[in-house]
Amino acid sequence: MTARVGVVTFPGSLDDADAARAVARAGAEPIPLWHGDRDLRGLAAVILPGGFSYGDYLRCGAIARFAPVMGELIPAARAGLPVLGICNGFQILCEAHLLPGALTRNAGLRFIDRVVRVRIEDTGTPWTADYDQDQEISLVLKSGEGAYVADPATLARLTSSGQVVARYAGGNPNGSVGDIAGVRNDAGNVVGLMPHPEHAIDALTGPGTDGLGFFTSVLRAMADQ
Amino acid sequence: MSGAADTVTRAAATPGQPQPYAELGLTTAEYERIGELLGRRPTDAELAIYSVMWSEHCSYKSSKVHLRRFAESAPPSAALLAGIGQNAGVVDIGQGYAVTFKVESHNHPSYVEPFQGAATGVGGIVRDILAMGARPIAVMDSLRFGPADAPDTRRVLPGVVSGISFYGNCLGLPNIGGELAFDPCYRGNPLVNALCVGVMRHQDLKLAAARGTGNKVILFGSRTGPDGIGGASVLASATFGGSDSAKRPSVQVGDPFMEKLLIECCLELYAADLVTGIQDLGAAGVACATTELAAGGGTGMDVDLDVVPLRDPALGPAEILMSESQERMMAVVEPGNVGAFLEICARWGVLATVIGEVTGSGRLRMTWRGEQVVDIPPASAADEGPVYQRPIQRPAGQDALQADDPAALPRPAGGPELRGTLLSLLASPGLADKSWVTEQYDRHVRGNTVLATPEDAGVIRIDEQTGLGVALATDGNGRFGLLDPYAGAQLALAEAYRNVAATGAVPLAVTNCLNFGSPEDPGVMWQFSEAVRGLADGCAALGVPVTGGNVSFYNQTDEAPIHPTPVVGVLGVHADVTTRVPIGLRTEGAPIVLLGRTAAEFGGSAWAQVTHGHCGGRPPEVDLAAERALAVVLTQAAAEGLLEAAHDLSEGGLAVALAECCLDQGIGCQVTLPGDLFTQLFSESAARAVVAVRPGSERALAALAARHGVPASELGVVAGDSLVVTGRTGQASTGQASTGQASFDIPVVELAAAHRGTLPSLFE
Repeated sequence: MTARVGVVTFPGSLDDADAARAVARAGAEPIPLWHGDRDLRGLAAVILPGGFSYGDYLRCGAIARFAPVMGELIPAARAGLPVLGICNGFQILCEAHLLPGALTRNAGLRFIDRVVRVRIEDTGTPWTADYDQDQEISLVLKSGEGAYVADPATLARLTSSGQVVARYAGGNPNGSVGDIAGVRNDAGNVVGLMPHPEHAIDALTGPGTDGLGFFTSVLRAMADQ
Repeated sequence: MSGAADTVTRAAATPGQPQPYAELGLTTAEYERIGELLGRRPTDAELAIYSVMWSEHCSYKSSKVHLRRFAESAPPSAALLAGIGQNAGVVDIGQGYAVTFKVESHNHPSYVEPFQGAATGVGGIVRDILAMGARPIAVMDSLRFGPADAPDTRRVLPGVVSGISFYGNCLGLPNIGGELAFDPCYRGNPLVNALCVGVMRHQDLKLAAARGTGNKVILFGSRTGPDGIGGASVLASATFGGSDSAKRPSVQVGDPFMEKLLIECCLELYAADLVTGIQDLGAAGVACATTELAAGGGTGMDVDLDVVPLRDPALGPAEILMSESQERMMAVVEPGNVGAFLEICARWGVLATVIGEVTGSGRLRMTWRGEQVVDIPPASAADEGPVYQRPIQRPAGQDALQADDPAALPRPAGGPELRGTLLSLLASPGLADKSWVTEQYDRHVRGNTVLATPEDAGVIRIDEQTGLGVALATDGNGRFGLLDPYAGAQLALAEAYRNVAATGAVPLAVTNCLNFGSPEDPGVMWQFSEAVRGLADGCAALGVPVTGGNVSFYNQTDEAPIHPTPVVGVLGVHADVTTRVPIGLRTEGAPIVLLGRTAAEFGGSAWAQVTHGHCGGRPPEVDLAAERALAVVLTQAAAEGLLEAAHDLSEGGLAVALAECCLDQGIGCQVTLPGDLFTQLFSESAARAVVAVRPGSERALAALAARHGVPASELGVVAGDSLVVTGRTGQASTGQASTGQASFDIPVVELAAAHRGTLPSLFE
């Protein structure tokens, strides 16, 4: 039976179709989840896609965090459900306190759409197992509020416990502290990533296929369970 | 007397009551014509409707007699499913798909308030496309500003770019291309032209027509507020003696989040087949939507203005009608479908209200606070507005302008001078790298962007299984337009057509945005008439129909109008986007071939502009048969996989094109040019492209070019990490004593430094 991965659509989600396409390209079946759903339908992994949920009103991700589907997702993630938040999804996971830190305005105060180099520093998560340690990959970064920040104690803890999943390599595009591009929770099942792996699954429409590993990794993690 | 409505009864009883028609932009003759149409003076609400519907913007009253040429001389095209007069033209692209695309100006709002002006420009054109039944899939922007270093440009440009970025990104539409140009003529008159393209299945086509007596009229989307109704304020204060609601902003404010919900909501409504007619609300708001829907259906409509959801309860009927609040649509729905319609709207959090119904009366009737405030034949406002044959006069200075030939200008001679000329062109704001702008736009969202800026055209995949896709390019050149508006319009068309073909797409249809000065200036009307004639003739010669467009007049401050700037958008089709051809050189040793013929043509060129601040003489010669032949060679070569890169030649000629080909991937080339090196490098002769041939395909390309009569000269090969140019310099006509060998070598990193530094240093 094909593995099923949920992709949540909030009002204002934009990269949901792209995340679903990446899931399918990796060989799994994407299952749409609606923000108003109160049921994760037994899915074994969930992606919170990029976009401007609720228009980024109040703060990016601040309103989405209270959507009914999050009422189901938050306890499930705490119990070990693999969850990947991409861009706005990362912001939502931080607002939901599933991940430490926060995302703030880019250093240049402008939206950036750019292909960036990213180094995968933790291959122990269900989303990154198919990469090599310190492998450098090309992904699309596209965000206005992508600068990762955290207090010094949190940063020290993230570093010492290996919770930085990815860092920008070859230049910091947005002022993220420590060049951080992605982090995970303590347990490793919840990963937030600012660049978009779903936009790097086909050389025809993106910078290559480097992003596919996030989706094949989770497929393998689900098969191993 | 606040709250008392100017009713139909009252209007009939008080024929002599003075009305502020002049403040609303109507002439005395136009006002009297309304009285004749109605058999009485209009009510204030009716006056509001006529004033906006008969405005230049909505009625095309000065341009109509000229625009008829587009339909009259349109080439026969089986591809056109809906044409001029609809919200946007619709073109069959095969496999059951149709696309709709249109470009529209938001020049004046963007000057007054750059951020919101540009943002709502994107929002407006996206709703036009949505109203045709299509899913919007991409946007583009053609931007023109005053001198790049002028203080006002530093106010306007960053605001316009961030407004487009804010709205388009939040909407989830990839921005795949456009233009950025600078010229002193746009100081105080920036041009902000936004294009949107959408896709649908043939059977999903929707038209703006209210049909079926008893069908309900539903207003949905944002509430109606006091946005963009400066004109109506005149009415309000004149009628009601002033009230708090008279102080209101006249620039609309955009909410892209609501527009995103509106898009998804509409697409779900279409999929459920719940809509019989639909219209977006843009300029002239409810007034425009109700009159056009009723006129389009040849029916009548009763509307209750009391139920229109308002942001400001103090709004009167005239203001409700004229409000340009964004993110609103109007649908005509069968009574049995209203429940399902409202349910889908609720699911998307979109406010929807039944405000009226279709009648068989042939009258548009509206009530407010229980009284009749509007009772008019809808076509009289929508279709039967004034039409003007404005005086036309070729400007007195036109001959002198054309006589001011750039042949007399000093030219660079040896290798070092030619090298310096190329670097200065690459660093000039109009030709410099646009990343500072385009990086602010999301070009990746939806995952179907195959090519985007700085490629020749944006290419979007439509069907993932078959690879069917479309290519779009917009082009315009105000300097060519000034020197010869007929040729200038054709050159803009030819460039966009060539750009689309350079990616391998077959050009199919045309849209346009005609940016001009005041139509009350006979010189401007001559420019306009010439440009329309040129574009219509050009489209006929190239076999691509105009599917729709937009006219923006009054782009002038004080005496000086802008250069005539027709911006032309061409849409092409890729049967399979995997065969698309990018501009970047990739493979060492691949032969570089120039397609087309080069003559010494420098009138209105980038070289004359950048080096000498000169704009005179004649623009490059137009040869549409050559353009057509070149496009056939480019598209066939792409389909047969003969090319690894192709780039059209336009501003800055072969020199700038080769530099851009090198810059894309950081790979150089070595070329030897025949004839005078300066002419070969910087002439802007049309109907040319430079290509890098896939090794082994040289003979096939040469045969293909020969078959279509397109000159093909092999210039050199892709090699190393420098642009290396060799040739002869000097020619008898410039008075130089001798001719000789000349060459120069520019490392790609040096090209990049010149190309990439300009915009950040100006705008950061």
